[in-house]
Amino acid sequence: MKFSGRVWKFGDHIDTDVIIPARYLTTSDHKELGRHCMEDADPDFVKKIGKGDIIVAGRNFGSGSSREHAPIAIKAAGISCVIAESFARIFYRNAFNMGLPIFESAEAAAQINQGDQLQVEADTGMIEDRTQKKRFRAEPIPDFMQELIKDGGLVAHLKKSQAKGH
Amino acid sequence: MSQTISEKILAAHSGRKKVYPGQLIEAKVDLTLANDVTAPLAIEMFYQAGGKKVFNRHKVVMVPDHFVPNKDIAAAEQCRLMRQFAREQKLTNFFELGEMGIEHALLPEKGLVLPGDLVIGADSHTCTYGALGAFATGVGSTDLGAAMLSGRTWFKVPETIKLVYRGKPRSWVSGKDLILYTIGDLGVDGARYQAMEFCGPAMTALAMSDRFTMANMAIEAGAKNGIFEADEMTLAYVRGRSSRLGKIYRSDPDADYKEIREYDLAKIEPQVAFPHLPENAKSISKVGKVLIDQAVIGSCTNGRLEDLRIAARVLKGRTIAKTVRLIIIPATPWIYQQAMKEGLLEIFLQAGGIVSAPTCGPCLGGHMGILAKGERAIATTNRNFVGRMGHPNSEVYLASPAITAASAVLGRIGPVEALSELKKKK
Repeated sequence: MKFSGRVWKFGDHIDTDVIIPARYLTTSDHKELGRHCMEDADPDFVKKIGKGDIIVAGRNFGSGSSREHAPIAIKAAGISCVIAESFARIFYRNAFNMGLPIFESAEAAAQINQGDQLQVEADTGMIEDRTQKKRFRAEPIPDFMQELIKDGGLVAHLKKSQAKGH
Repeated sequence: MSQTISEKILAAHSGRKKVYPGQLIEAKVDLTLANDVTAPLAIEMFYQAGGKKVFNRHKVVMVPDHFVPNKDIAAAEQCRLMRQFAREQKLTNFFELGEMGIEHALLPEKGLVLPGDLVIGADSHTCTYGALGAFATGVGSTDLGAAMLSGRTWFKVPETIKLVYRGKPRSWVSGKDLILYTIGDLGVDGARYQAMEFCGPAMTALAMSDRFTMANMAIEAGAKNGIFEADEMTLAYVRGRSSRLGKIYRSDPDADYKEIREYDLAKIEPQVAFPHLPENAKSISKVGKVLIDQAVIGSCTNGRLEDLRIAARVLKGRTIAKTVRLIIIPATPWIYQQAMKEGLLEIFLQAGGIVSAPTCGPCLGGHMGILAKGERAIATTNRNFVGRMGHPNSEVYLASPAITAASAVLGRIGPVEALSELKKKK
């Protein structure tokens, strides 16, 4: 799997209240949640981004509440993957369960700039900054996790596996 | 074979004698919990995964508390979905308005969590039950939906940070001040992925309500769980609430810890965490002049009877500042009733405050006290993130019930001691 897009840069401790404010948690509708992604950090975020764009952030991305609505909102907004120095525990698990690919790299988080053009390869964990002509390495995403992401999350993946008879 | 309490509980629930940090295990859970925000997604996952019957109808707990009493049509629909599921599955622990309270105050009160239990909840503050000597942690709705079906889930065994507290608390210092101080010391990701073990003589002396407050905020340091060793005080709390006994686990003296930190209570003043992170804790003497528009006393962190008693002690015979709105939210109907019997509600109303039905309400910016642009609140809640209680340009300062009540009277953030000066001035 490869992801390419423009970078939207955020700082440390981007919490789930910023990713999707609680006032929108009266729905589980993916599209509706996507419309309000990152609203309290940047009210025009959703309008500005293009499909496949990438969020790059600092430490402890996704801290705070256990709301799965956070990775859902990011994915539904059209973001292809998130790169951060580190992720909060519950968010890390929720992201994969929802089929949102995430990559940990302190170097990438520190050096990549807002607006850079990136290509990210899940197989190798290679993050290529085409604007700065730099490469960074994150942990690769194993095959079974890539399948899970392709299927759209854990539950969809299980259903598909069951249908296949294995 | 030395292990910590957290490791022992995880080992016992995964059929092992010993587990070690970093190990991936599958474990049986004693209880699953969801609320009106997370249950709808968990239920959807449950059905999508082919679920027909929950693993145990007594152990799947659902509490609509975040936006209840239903704040709007969308919130009402979410609760309806939960109610339908609860009826269909014949859940014995679905708590409807009237019985319903803030989940993390309600479950211990109902005796649903006991020492040694393993609990997961689709709510990050599930870690509260660590106060009872249980291993409890927050998960997302997908993980919860799967556990509702199978009664099991997988864990990565966390490393443990040991936090040792010694000395006597200074006046008006509570569990809230100790945990804010600790988060200020560790940072909001200082315990990321780890277990926080609260111990030392000052913890043995700490009341249950304060233990709940401390375990509740372990997540604000990024921890997977916070835990106390269950003791006589714990047993006195759970006795009469459950027919089960629970099991007390103790950390071995030579157990491995990632880190050990010691705190001397003689040095800890009441704390206030400034926006927009719980780690921005300052001693009350260093706060400066911070005017407030609203004061909130409640939440899963500090909405217990003991918290209301402290607030009432501060507010008795006093009136809040004209510029402040004071909202008090007893966390459960039982707490509400007790507060009424003890005359606390009267004190609050006479002081110029208002008492709400049990709900998470303003803590997460749901309803019952949302802040406008530029407004500032002091609250006994757990998070002061951007936009947490309302407008993205509003501010939340976290503090204890005593400091919050005193600040409501002063009109600015200040210590209880400042109230006597106020009288003299008048």
